Amino acid sequence: MKTKTGVRGGIGQSVRRVDGVPKVKGEFEYASDLRRDGMLWGETVRSPHPHARIKAIDIRAALESPGVRAVLLAGDVPGKKTYGLDAQDQPVLAWDVVRFAGEPVALVAAEQPEQAKQAATKIVVDYEVLSPVTEMEAALQADAPKLHPQGNVVRQLRVIHGDPEAEAEVWVEGTYETGMQDQAPLGPEAGLAVPAEDGGVDLYIATQWLHADLEQIAPCLNLPPEKVRLNLSGVGGAFGAREDVSMQIHACMLALRTQRPVKIAYGRQESFYGHVHRHPSRIWMRHGATRDGKLINVQAKLLVDGGAYTSTSPAVIGNATTFAAGPYAVPNARLEGTAVFTNNPPCGAMRGFGAVQACFAYEAQMDKLARAVNLHPIEVRLKNALKTGDVLPTGQRVTGAAPVRDLLSRCAALPMPPAESPLDRDRMLIPGGAGNVGHGEALTRGVGFAAGYKNLAYSEGFDDSSEAWVRLSVDQEGPLAEVKTAAVDVGQGLDTIVTQVVRTELGVQRVLVRQPDTAIGSAGSSSASRQTMMTGGAVQLACQAVRDEVLRRAGTSIIPDPLDEYLRPPIEATRVFRHRRTGKLDADGQGDPHVSFAFGAARAVVEVDTELGLVRVVQLAVSQDVGRALNPQSVRGQIEGGSAQGLGLALMEEIELKDGKIRNASFTDYLLPTILDMPPVVSDLVEEPEPGLPYGAKGVGEPSTVVVPAAIVAALRAATGRELPRAPVKPDELVGIR
Amino acid sequence: MRSEMDVYVPRTLDEALQQKSAHPDAISLAGGTDVMVEINFGRLRPAGIIDLTRIPELREWRREDSHLFLGAGVTYSRIVRELADFVPLVQASRSVGSPQIRNRGTVGGNLGTASPAGDALPVLAAYDAEVVLQNRRGTRSLPWHTFLQGPKKTAMAPDELIRGTRWQVVNGPGSFSKIGTRNAMVIAVAGLCLQVDQDARQVRVALGSVGPTILRAPEAERFIAERLTWDDPGAPVTDEVVAEFAELVGRAAKPIDDVRGTARYRVHGCTVLAGRALRWALEERKAFKWL
Ligand SMILES: Cc1cc2nc3c(=O)[nH]c(=O)nc-3n(C[C@H](O)[C@H](O)[C@H](O)COP(=O)(O)OP(=O)(O)OC[C@H]3O[C@@H](n4cnc5c(N)ncnc54)[C@H](O)[C@@H]3O)c2cc1C
Repeated sequence: MKTKTGVRGGIGQSVRRVDGVPKVKGEFEYASDLRRDGMLWGETVRSPHPHARIKAIDIRAALESPGVRAVLLAGDVPGKKTYGLDAQDQPVLAWDVVRFAGEPVALVAAEQPEQAKQAATKIVVDYEVLSPVTEMEAALQADAPKLHPQGNVVRQLRVIHGDPEAEAEVWVEGTYETGMQDQAPLGPEAGLAVPAEDGGVDLYIATQWLHADLEQIAPCLNLPPEKVRLNLSGVGGAFGAREDVSMQIHACMLALRTQRPVKIAYGRQESFYGHVHRHPSRIWMRHGATRDGKLINVQAKLLVDGGAYTSTSPAVIGNATTFAAGPYAVPNARLEGTAVFTNNPPCGAMRGFGAVQACFAYEAQMDKLARAVNLHPIEVRLKNALKTGDVLPTGQRVTGAAPVRDLLSRCAALPMPPAESPLDRDRMLIPGGAGNVGHGEALTRGVGFAAGYKNLAYSEGFDDSSEAWVRLSVDQEGPLAEVKTAAVDVGQGLDTIVTQVVRTELGVQRVLVRQPDTAIGSAGSSSASRQTMMTGGAVQLACQAVRDEVLRRAGTSIIPDPLDEYLRPPIEATRVFRHRRTGKLDADGQGDPHVSFAFGAARAVVEVDTELGLVRVVQLAVSQDVGRALNPQSVRGQIEGGSAQGLGLALMEEIELKDGKIRNASFTDYLLPTILDMPPVVSDLVEEPEPGLPYGAKGVGEPSTVVVPAAIVAALRAATGRELPRAPVKPDELVGIR
Repeated sequence: MRSEMDVYVPRTLDEALQQKSAHPDAISLAGGTDVMVEINFGRLRPAGIIDLTRIPELREWRREDSHLFLGAGVTYSRIVRELADFVPLVQASRSVGSPQIRNRGTVGGNLGTASPAGDALPVLAAYDAEVVLQNRRGTRSLPWHTFLQGPKKTAMAPDELIRGTRWQVVNGPGSFSKIGTRNAMVIAVAGLCLQVDQDARQVRVALGSVGPTILRAPEAERFIAERLTWDDPGAPVTDEVVAEFAELVGRAAKPIDDVRGTARYRVHGCTVLAGRALRWALEERKAFKWL
């Protein structure tokens, strides 16, 4: 295939990943591989208690420990003592009170990692243990201990739409829960801080958003932002876990104190304590409809556990609440959301960001409604499906593509997996897999559907712009385009997409994507399914500016071929892409909060061993509204990966807490789906270009994660006839002995 | 805590036994799939390590008259490839971890760790295997239940190595099953091995992950031994008998609630697995394969 300018590998093609070969060959440098001569190793001392008062800290023995070069406490934080993405309420190092088990209390730097670990064990913290607040409802009681000066409510909002008292002929009701999921990126947190001659620091770091890190790091170090330079290192996955700062400030503090390069690299166990998780939720809903299944009124009360600090909880509960009625046209609604503080580990961003929890609840309700009015689950959804021009409960009108009906009917029509004999098949494909628990006994199949949606880019008035620099020059091999942004390829394939955009816009085959750093303007976060739209957009604008200059020099209206003679001197352009403005919500949750939406529909086919409660997901079929697939293979990759993460939430992934403490902080007991758990995914790309976005492409990273948990649990309900109000669904719930 | 560690790399069994006796506080290392996890978690900090992977004697298995001797260092991958006749052992081995873990992990290591969730252990218990221990002065054999003393506790002396395990080759069908909340690479929530011994006229059942150590189900075993028509594998066995047997196996379980599952579910799981395993064995017996 060729683009209009005769160049291979432009947009719309399944171009191979630029980072693919080095990653497969083990040659890609991840942050955990960072090394410098003479570097020290940093170690973090964490609170074992979810709630305690620090009475004293004795660091004498640690200072004397072999190889130790520094031991730092809260008093050593050079500037602001707290940080945070939304509110700066999280201590860099705790003083006075610790609010979750795993909260950093002290830092050590030593010559060898083992020495740092040993010294860390010698720090004696005298805690007065306080009773932890670990239940959301308990945290909201008037007599609950206040975990923060403002109390235990992170954010409360309500969305009042139409007449929330409107009567209906049929009502269905339920309360649903989801557990605390971990992003479990394969690369744990790591970075290297190098002190600079100007008194500043250079940080090499795996993150999702260099500039948001910078904004939080610099004030804590008491340095002007220009003296803190962030350079992106290899990112081993993120899924939201790298939105919050983890070891960044710590490594910089140790480097500045010792004037030596300092590396901090978490292991898997520490990673569970060192980043935020997906909010556990408890959601009550009541849906009113006409006897023939048309929605009249949706009532919802949503509660999510933000844990000990604010992180991104305000935006997560904002999403969950504004999406609580689902991708349906609903004339009346009262949606109330609350994010609470507890002494559980802090929760923040994870793929799906509030939309996942809401979808789990509203889709269970839609199935209940289908039963109550005697309609097929697809029919009841089709009857209510949102479309372009409809008004959401927030009063926001959907102006872009909203092909919900299309998604539903296409998803339902995707080929079903073939029926299988229970006896005559590979035993690995029986629920329980390698465990050899059955030869086909007690198997039933179930099919479940879910539709859902999520916002693209940041909402509620946030201006998450992206800046790109493009340079077009010529050398012995011909024209060369170079691109630089601060946008992070977290593994989703952004660098490849950027290359495709440049090829399409400039018609130049050779494209070099430079390593991101904070020398250029912010690109915003690699989250909220936004980077292809936003940085793709910025690169497109910069390329167009470069192209205009080429055309001016050549005096032509199309890019000349050959191009070389017009590139001396080289042409450069820097451009910023902004999405349309959004607005804050008023007291009744009315406004224009979201930029754009991506919709998805999933069908799950499951097989359950009804005696043992073990499950095999036979097939997942996902139809997704992608606007336009800039790299179809990448889009399908996102759908498959997002589905796997959704399957994990439905069936096995949960951080188990007891009295605020994590009981399964390792991959031994925090179970991620294996290849035997993950079925083939049939993905169907619905392309209806989105006005106002580059090439009409919508972000594609999240919708499958939003809808798949709901679809799988719906299928489990269909197979077993049980309520299953909570995800992940445990075997004992499937056999009804809980 | 010291930051240095002595590593010994013996090439012969004799050398290893010498080193073990000279450094009883050094830990034996086979595949390392338990040891390295403990070290990485900071729960284990041995004074030294004796790497047993280069010792040919430990990597052998052989028939000894009517017995099978399985060297401590035989990996799960090799068992799956080389010991197809021992169906429950192969099934248990196939259920262990991932290909990488099966390529490294050994039955000797499973015994050394003595976790109630060790998947090879219910099989050894159902085979009524003995564990062969050796030190510089000689060898001794302990029945599996004497060797396994409790959760992560064994009767092995500090100067001893596990030479291997040995059992009478059983004439009769058997199987191993393991329940986990994931379809592969999962620690057992409950495991069960059932072995019919035609010659001894016994059905032996062993349970993993449902007690402080591996458990047998003696009442269930007695019950079913009396109900089977030993000379006529074709004789029908009623659903009621299977159900009662399963019930008795469930009652032999002594599980706790933990992060992997509840005690109630574990008992239930043992009951279901026991019923299924018995039915599978009876079907196979009917095929006259075992007479
Ligand atoms: C990812 C993962 C998945 C796993 N999955 C499973 C599973 O599904 N089922 C399961 O049962 N286990 C599982 N395990 C645990 C482990 O793989 C097994 O227990 C395995 O049998 C250990 O064997 P090894 O050779 O690696 O032992 P090592 O780790 O080398 O040793 C284990 C213990 O045995 C001692 N030891 C070893 N050999 C001898 C010897 N010859 N003489 C004296 N002492 C000795 C060691 O000193 C140590 O105490 C898993 C482990 C991992 C990391």
